[in-house]
Amino acid sequence: MQYQSQAVAKLYFTAAMALFLAQIVFGLIMGLQYVMGDFLFPEIPFNVARMVHTNTLIVWLLMGFMGAAYYLVPEESGRELYSPFLAKLMFWIFLVAAGLTVVGYLAVPYATLAKITGNDLLPTMGREFLEQPTITKMGIVVVALAFLYNIGMTVLTGRKTVVTIVLLTGLLGLAVFFLFSFYNPDNLVKDKYFWWWVVHLWVEGVWELILASILAFVLIKTTGVDREVIEKWLYIIIAMTLITGIIGTGHHYYWIGTPGYWQWWGSIFSALEPIPFFMLTLFAFNTINKRKREHPNKATVLWAMGTAVMAFLGAGVWGFMHTLAPVNYYTHGTQITAAHGHMAFYGAYAMVVMTIISYAVPLMRGQEAKSNGKQVLEMWSFWLMTVSIVFITLFLTGAGILQTYLQRYTDTPLSFMVVQEKISLFYWMREASGVVFFVGAILFLLSFLPDRKAAA
Amino acid sequence: MHEVFTKSMARNIYYGGSLFFILLFLALTFDSQTAIATRDNHENLTPQVAAGKRLWETNNCVGCHTLLGEGAYFAPELGNVYKRMGENKEAIKVWIKTRPVDGVPGRRSMPQFNFTEEQLDNIAEFLKYTSEINTNNWPPNIQG
Repeated sequence: MQYQSQAVAKLYFTAAMALFLAQIVFGLIMGLQYVMGDFLFPEIPFNVARMVHTNTLIVWLLMGFMGAAYYLVPEESGRELYSPFLAKLMFWIFLVAAGLTVVGYLAVPYATLAKITGNDLLPTMGREFLEQPTITKMGIVVVALAFLYNIGMTVLTGRKTVVTIVLLTGLLGLAVFFLFSFYNPDNLVKDKYFWWWVVHLWVEGVWELILASILAFVLIKTTGVDREVIEKWLYIIIAMTLITGIIGTGHHYYWIGTPGYWQWWGSIFSALEPIPFFMLTLFAFNTINKRKREHPNKATVLWAMGTAVMAFLGAGVWGFMHTLAPVNYYTHGTQITAAHGHMAFYGAYAMVVMTIISYAVPLMRGQEAKSNGKQVLEMWSFWLMTVSIVFITLFLTGAGILQTYLQRYTDTPLSFMVVQEKISLFYWMREASGVVFFVGAILFLLSFLPDRKAAA
Repeated sequence: MHEVFTKSMARNIYYGGSLFFILLFLALTFDSQTAIATRDNHENLTPQVAAGKRLWETNNCVGCHTLLGEGAYFAPELGNVYKRMGENKEAIKVWIKTRPVDGVPGRRSMPQFNFTEEQLDNIAEFLKYTSEINTNNWPPNIQG
């Protein structure tokens, strides 16, 4: 670690990992509710568990991105962070706001939470992923602006690199598109139309810029490959991301009351969305093959390669599978969507955060890499989590194909709940895979414990 | 060979390509907002429907159900539930009203929300309005 102020990243990484565990626990609760419908009912109904599961995911990824930015921007810019104090302050505000929100979800009925947080004054709650009380959303805006200011000032007054400029663009887009979460018209079609400006333009747009720049930074550091080469790749990957992904938003506009022409725009452009992910895979493998040094942190290199591959499979391949309008007509809103969501979020975003944690945490402790034993443990965690998310995805895909057939495709369609019972075997298998995933996540955290002193 | 495709060319593709497609997206969005008017059933968007949408939101219905295919996949699609229940608002109300507080043993259950009669009417109106949005014939059949 070259600059003292990079250390603020540790706070963010620690909180991110704690929330990651919470996310998995609530995922396991939901997984069980899928097959044992009355589990924890009515204390923690499914919708509450799901809010905690998805919202902790969003917050821990944002924490991870912020931690990544606080770590890499000073190093790239060749100066200390503009304001380490502001970074710490915003961390605590963010953590307390997120914590209170989760407590609110669990402690009172959602309608009560809406009432006591004044949702009536500016109704923004109760839409998927944007369930946070309006005041929490405002808090997120404040945190995001202070964060952008801090990172922006560091970048603009320091050495500007392609990595930091792309990262800053991505973070700026993240903040700007979040503002659409405050737009909630009574007209359901318009509500849904602009809801996607947050959700799609985040995960299939600006977040990919953040992902690519973090990955580029780690590859520069671990492979010693010429920055010029990496920067060229970075530009062309994010160019393809935005060229395909912006109009690709259209794949959400097939069946929600929007004009039929979106079936053409959405199908064609989102069919191209795997391209940047494939390029990301080529980029990572090429760069690692042409490495000019053997970085002692082998676990990080594994995470970097894994991110590229799993992002391509989860976002690219599993996304393509149901993105064409005639296919999506049958698969829209089934377990196929859930399958894609799980592998894409893990492969692209969870993994890139674990990549930067894997790289940066040892350096923040003054060592280039962890001991061999701890790295082996970390690699075990990589494989356990990655293989089990592949199985979660495969089981959900199996469930989704059957659901699509039995409920939508056959000449004698069955009702939703009848179909759900018929496919419960797949949900049991998914739950078992989820337990393995949880073990993998625990091992990841254990691999960061300090080494025991060698017995004298 | 290496310099055939330079970094500045890559950068220009990024800036130029992004800008072009952002503008195209804005143009399509602008057109969509006009085109939506013939499809979004806004003529039936009464204050009652708006109140129903608010109840839909503040009770986090989307946390279990899908609405026009978006939401959670734990409980049935409700975009067409009005039609599935035989275009009968009363049937929707009775269903919501009669959910047991402690759920049905062993099964997925909907919570008992203790809605007033007026709130039930609002929700039913909202679901009716939603079912009349032109969704390009989605879902494929009445099961949602």
